[in-house]
Amino acid sequence: MSEWARLEAFLTTDPRDVGCDEAMAVLHVYVEAIAAGLDPAARYPGVAAHLAACGPCNEDFEGLLAAVTNPDLGG
Amino acid sequence: MDEASREWLAALGAEGAAREEGVARLHDLLLRVALHEVARRGTAITGPELDDVAHQSADDATVAVLAKLPTFRGESRFTTWAYRFVVLEVSSKLGRHYWRRPAARLADEDWERLPDRFGVDPSAHSERREMVDAIRRAVDEVLTEHQRALFVAIVLGGVPLDALVARTGSSRGAIYKGVFDARRKIRAFLDANGYLDDAPGAGSDGREGAGRP
Ligand SMILES: [Zn+2]
Repeated sequence: MSEWARLEAFLTTDPRDVGCDEAMAVLHVYVEAIAAGLDPAARYPGVAAHLAACGPCNEDFEGLLAAVTNPDLGG
Repeated sequence: MDEASREWLAALGAEGAAREEGVARLHDLLLRVALHEVARRGTAITGPELDDVAHQSADDATVAVLAKLPTFRGESRFTTWAYRFVVLEVSSKLGRHYWRRPAARLADEDWERLPDRFGVDPSAHSERREMVDAIRRAVDEVLTEHQRALFVAIVLGGVPLDALVARTGSSRGAIYKGVFDARRKIRAFLDANGYLDDAPGAGSDGREGAGRP
């Protein structure tokens, strides 16, 4: 990817992006679907778009997924 | 609702010693999640300071879970719902912690960092100048003061979004929205002024709409 293409990719926004609040409100449901091998992006395309673009929310997604799939944390 | 989640609700909704025992079990679980999470993030913070972040996150998440208990509707297992609070607390605490680093400060408008951010070779002087000129023009012409400040802090300064949340008292969602609008407006400006003509796929992806959030 050229430097200008990289800049353009950063600047390109996805109109489906629901933003942080809406994405975090369903994060537990979204993460459980992923952990169960389902494809929640089909039901929540705006959340998938947001997680692809928002570093901090994606970090929270990764953290929650790691927690629910960690066998040491049986809950 | 699954059996384990019902048991959690019963324990936390009980009275006296049963409730205390349930709360202690919840706190213990959230602390273990927090310790795993701060380790997983691989931040520069280590040792007792990192343990502190985990303990504070578990404490505050326990309070938040108990306060929000009536809103749990069983859309997921109880533990998944509860873990979300502790993960969000870890993000918030790490954002606050950012400003304790000696070098942390809100950046001046150091535009030379822009081409570095997108991997332009330090010796490619004309390309660097072209990129800086284009973005500066866009920033001057289309961004509000607020959007400009966010763009400068995050893109030029490399300040983490959650650190800006801690600094400004604004929410993550509000800051993301400001940067989102800045990105969209700068891209539209570059497109309209022919700056993106050489980039592959420029203007052809139909993503020019008003957009959310
Ligand atoms: Zn977000």
